[in-house]
Amino acid sequence: MKLHEYQSKQIFARYGIPIPKGRVAATAQEAEQIAEELGGRVVIKSQVLVGGRGKAGGIRLAKNPDEAEDLAAQILGMEIKGLPVRKVLVDEAAQIEKEIYLGITNDRAARKPVMMASAAGGVEIEEVARKEPEKIIKVHIDPLLGLRSYQANDIAAGIDLPRELWKTFGQIASGLWQAYCACDATLAEINPLVITSDNRLVALDGKMVLDDNALFRHPDLAEMRDLDVEAPSEIEARKYGLSFIKLDGNIGCMVNGAGLAMTTMDIIKLFGGEPANFLDIGGGASADKVAAAMRIILADPAVKAILFNVFGGITRGDEVARGILTALQEVKTNVPMVIRLVGTNAEEGRQILANAQMITAETLADAARKAVAAAKN
Amino acid sequence: MSILVDKYTRLVVQGITGNEGLFHTEQMLDYGTNVVAGTRPGKGGEWVLDGKVPVFDSVKLAVEATGANTSIIFVPARGAADAMYEATDAGVSLIVCITEGIPVQDMMSVRNYMDQKGVRLVGPNCPGLLTPGGAKVGIIPGDIAIPGNIGVVSRSGTLTYEVLYALKLESMGVSTCVGIGGDPINGTNFIDCLRLFEEDPLTDKVVMIGEIGGTDEERAAEFIADKMTKPVVSFIAGQTAPPGKRMGHAGAIVEGGSGLAIDKIRALEAVGVKVAKHPEEIPSLLK
Repeated sequence: MKLHEYQSKQIFARYGIPIPKGRVAATAQEAEQIAEELGGRVVIKSQVLVGGRGKAGGIRLAKNPDEAEDLAAQILGMEIKGLPVRKVLVDEAAQIEKEIYLGITNDRAARKPVMMASAAGGVEIEEVARKEPEKIIKVHIDPLLGLRSYQANDIAAGIDLPRELWKTFGQIASGLWQAYCACDATLAEINPLVITSDNRLVALDGKMVLDDNALFRHPDLAEMRDLDVEAPSEIEARKYGLSFIKLDGNIGCMVNGAGLAMTTMDIIKLFGGEPANFLDIGGGASADKVAAAMRIILADPAVKAILFNVFGGITRGDEVARGILTALQEVKTNVPMVIRLVGTNAEEGRQILANAQMITAETLADAARKAVAAAKN
Repeated sequence: MSILVDKYTRLVVQGITGNEGLFHTEQMLDYGTNVVAGTRPGKGGEWVLDGKVPVFDSVKLAVEATGANTSIIFVPARGAADAMYEATDAGVSLIVCITEGIPVQDMMSVRNYMDQKGVRLVGPNCPGLLTPGGAKVGIIPGDIAIPGNIGVVSRSGTLTYEVLYALKLESMGVSTCVGIGGDPINGTNFIDCLRLFEEDPLTDKVVMIGEIGGTDEERAAEFIADKMTKPVVSFIAGQTAPPGKRMGHAGAIVEGGSGLAIDKIRALEAVGVKVAKHPEEIPSLLK
């Protein structure tokens, strides 16, 4: 789950990271008022969960409160990469001497968190990573020990930070580490961390991505979720613990397991069809969950056929079959359905569905061909 | 005949009294796996499955009483990290964690702790291991594979079944199948399994099932080029998956690779690995 800049920076501030004075506004009038309080020059920043806000005109400098109101009105009317701007962050404008990058993420290969920093911060950081990887300092953190002070010093030295700023930098690095841990983040990033003309370090921008699997222990953070970035069907799916992504095709898919769900999409495409969705009902799905998944697929008017591909392991074929029957009783539909049940309790499942008038298939290729053909009729 | 699990496996099931734990313990027993104990704090002293398996309060007690050397975990996600620490401290040498949805920071701590203690982990979020005709430690349906000389390693769960089933339909047998799990942080990886299969005298060919995300397949390709003499056939899931809406720069910086299926396929083909277009094509590529 991604957090907005203003949410990330509020969390950073709680862990002692200096952020610009500022507040979030939902209307141009509020933005004007905040600019007034801040005493003039402010930055108006659209709060949407995509990159490239600046290039899209979603970040603007206002010289006075009136201009802040005008610019906020413009930005609040924008869509950036398809997402409506509903809030703007109004921050005091900083006098920037230098932009630094500082971030923590999970290094899958090292199986440890890694803190990264570069003296070449700002929007081109990925370019720097590609062309001049030596300009990025990486320090792995032992999750059992945490970030040690010497590591923060090593990073400060590695990016040639002026020595008088090392102590503050150490506090910021430590704060970022604490925020990353406390929120179960998979990414905590300050880009840029700026040195101001009066020689202070300030986190001008902030990004956090939280681990969805850990939200059960962070109900306060879970409430911060921005529903604008997701299709309504995806929100509905999450309520039932289904992993669902809406796509543009016309063959609805219901599969157990992410790898098999992706493979089912791949093979539909290989045989000339287009999947309408990715849907993983997960391991050990109950009949209720399966019924919810069916309702979600059938709610999409583009769906001309459904392919069920369930290879039972921890998921049992009979449970899936019961879920399908439940859903078919609730939702009347003429959409042709192709079903392939294999593995744990598949035979029981096939018996339950014997009268449900579904097209059956033995192999995955067979199922995909039949679904593609059914969608064309 | 196999890697990691066989007839010498003495298995303790953590979370044996839960729905999934009980169901799959029965399946493992039916397959002939030597399930010697189960654990559930507070239920020590009970027996499950008609008196076939004793339940202990802790893994330590189970190991002391039964000589268990391998643990399988069916504990729900919020307790799974603790279950893995417990098994590590109790002295088993192999831990197989089936549980899905474990927070990634928990997994980083667990994995680093296990590395210090020299314990091998398979999973989490995996279907476990199957040595056809020998032992099943996990949830892979036993009847979808027959004994043979093909080693299978996979990041996926049910996709693994698909591949085993396709092999069986062509009467092709499997030495051991290892489902290593698809989580970003897991235990045993592709290279570990490839090395074990390369050393296993009864494995002649290897099937490697990968998927989008991370760079494990690319690393495996390097290993195959440098160290493998046995032929490897692969399939990569997610060739049509839409690219994720990524935010922040750190992922791209740290991993270097794109995580896309096409790059993994190219890396594998470049070192002579045949890559199947769909799972049911794998048997013909092994011939």
